Amino acid sequence: MSGNQANLKLQPEPAAGTAPAILSVDDVVKRFETPDGPVVAVDHMSLDVRQGEFVSVIGPSGCGKSTLFNLIGGLLSPTEGRISIAGEEVRGPHPSIGMVFQEESTFPWRSVEENVAFSLEVQGVGKAERLERARHFIAMVGLRGFERRYPTELSGGMRQRVAMARTLAFEPKLLLMDEPFAALDEQTRLLLGDKVLQIQQELNQTVVLITHNITEAVQLSDRILIMTYRPGRTKRFVEIKLPRPRTSEIVGSDAFGHYVAEIWNDLREEASKGMHDQETMAERRRR
Amino acid sequence: MRAFDRFAPAALGLGGFILFLVAVEILVRVGVINGYIVPLPSAVLVALGRVVAEEGVLPRFLLTAGESLAAGLLVAGIGIPTGILLFRFNLLRRATENWVAAFAAAPIVLVYPLFLVIFGRSSWTIIAIGTIAGLPPVVLKTLEGFSGVRPVLIRVGESFNLTGWQQFRTILFPAAVPTIFAGLRLGLIFAMINVVGVEFLINFGGLGPLINELSERYDMPGTYAAICFVVLVSVLFFLAVERVERWLRPAS
Repeated sequence: MSGNQANLKLQPEPAAGTAPAILSVDDVVKRFETPDGPVVAVDHMSLDVRQGEFVSVIGPSGCGKSTLFNLIGGLLSPTEGRISIAGEEVRGPHPSIGMVFQEESTFPWRSVEENVAFSLEVQGVGKAERLERARHFIAMVGLRGFERRYPTELSGGMRQRVAMARTLAFEPKLLLMDEPFAALDEQTRLLLGDKVLQIQQELNQTVVLITHNITEAVQLSDRILIMTYRPGRTKRFVEIKLPRPRTSEIVGSDAFGHYVAEIWNDLREEASKGMHDQETMAERRRR
Repeated sequence: MRAFDRFAPAALGLGGFILFLVAVEILVRVGVINGYIVPLPSAVLVALGRVVAEEGVLPRFLLTAGESLAAGLLVAGIGIPTGILLFRFNLLRRATENWVAAFAAAPIVLVYPLFLVIFGRSSWTIIAIGTIAGLPPVVLKTLEGFSGVRPVLIRVGESFNLTGWQQFRTILFPAAVPTIFAGLRLGLIFAMINVVGVEFLINFGGLGPLINELSERYDMPGTYAAICFVVLVSVLFFLAVERVERWLRPAS
């Protein structure tokens, strides 16, 4: 065991509350075989998320956040360890897990309501019922009046809300999001954060958000998992004890600033390693 | 404003075409364009009625349209599944893709004697050559359409745990539709050129031989009027293809 790993064992995940975990990531390892030998993307990570909790996973680019997202979503299988949702092992895409992707993922050939009703359509829900339920979730993400529009007629933020409504209509136990607002400007991101908080509180939705944005993570989360840079390990958990219900107004508070500074202190070292690594690789390629 | 947006492009297109005809009319009349080679558009307009009444254009038009339709349906019916097959089986794709691309550039019309031997002097020869000529772009564009589906859309399907058939029906095919239809349009053009060309070569009937007869009689207005009917077949097919595409993918 490396010194780093030994240190990490001294910082176990804090037990915040007594409710049983909806999502359990237990000592998961993901190793990829490459022509240059095996690469460990996720190294012995554990995480428990309780009902209604909002947990963000933050780390520098290339630390394995998206691999963790794909592992939890069942799109990848762990090399070691176990992931379970509501006690059931995740062995592939699971009906209890709804995923929202970083890239724009609405179907351009479907109207907004057809997009949102998609998950219900493939489940075999009748047309009238699925459209009614779709309209409910469209209203929830603040897109009432746009039901018949096509994604090409919407802004990037609106399209991401359509993607979110499509996933919510599936009524997943866990909403798993991979940097859904990464392509948006900061103001839109903050305002959409408000919308996410409102929905999460309204549905008591359990959420895991993968992000590299510290502000976003602090604004939305109950807990933040900070990852190390390659291999991706748990550096530490930070509990965000900001009051709920929350809005983006919290961004101006001293406590918010304190959390951002605290997390940046942890991330800076990892981000520097990442940057140095990328510069070394670029230099090697140049030669 | 909405009515303007709706009708302005069509009006501009039609107006531009009429202006072009007027310009040609003037240039022929003043002798800038040789009137023996390019007839007056007004004379072509008059000849339209004449070729309908005297040259039996309607049955010829229906024959060419029918052969083109048959070739078009075969092109779609064989080309799209073949493209899907190449997409599904990478080995097959790597083994045949270059051959299919080479076929697209080959002057397939030259093998008409072979088809004459197989099918005789009949519409089947014409349809067969039209089909073979139209297949490569449809196969290649179908392959391109499926290969070009954005990976995130496939991951969305996977996240909803779709079966292979659901993934194909609800994501892959609709996503590939615009590219497939671009191939279909090209395939139809190739098929129609070959249909009219082989009609002319084997002198079987349809609009191809009519154009040839009229040009040999040096009836230039009549020749151009007959060509207008070939263009009409093409326009009708393009409108039909566009309708089908809009039905399959309303937001295209």
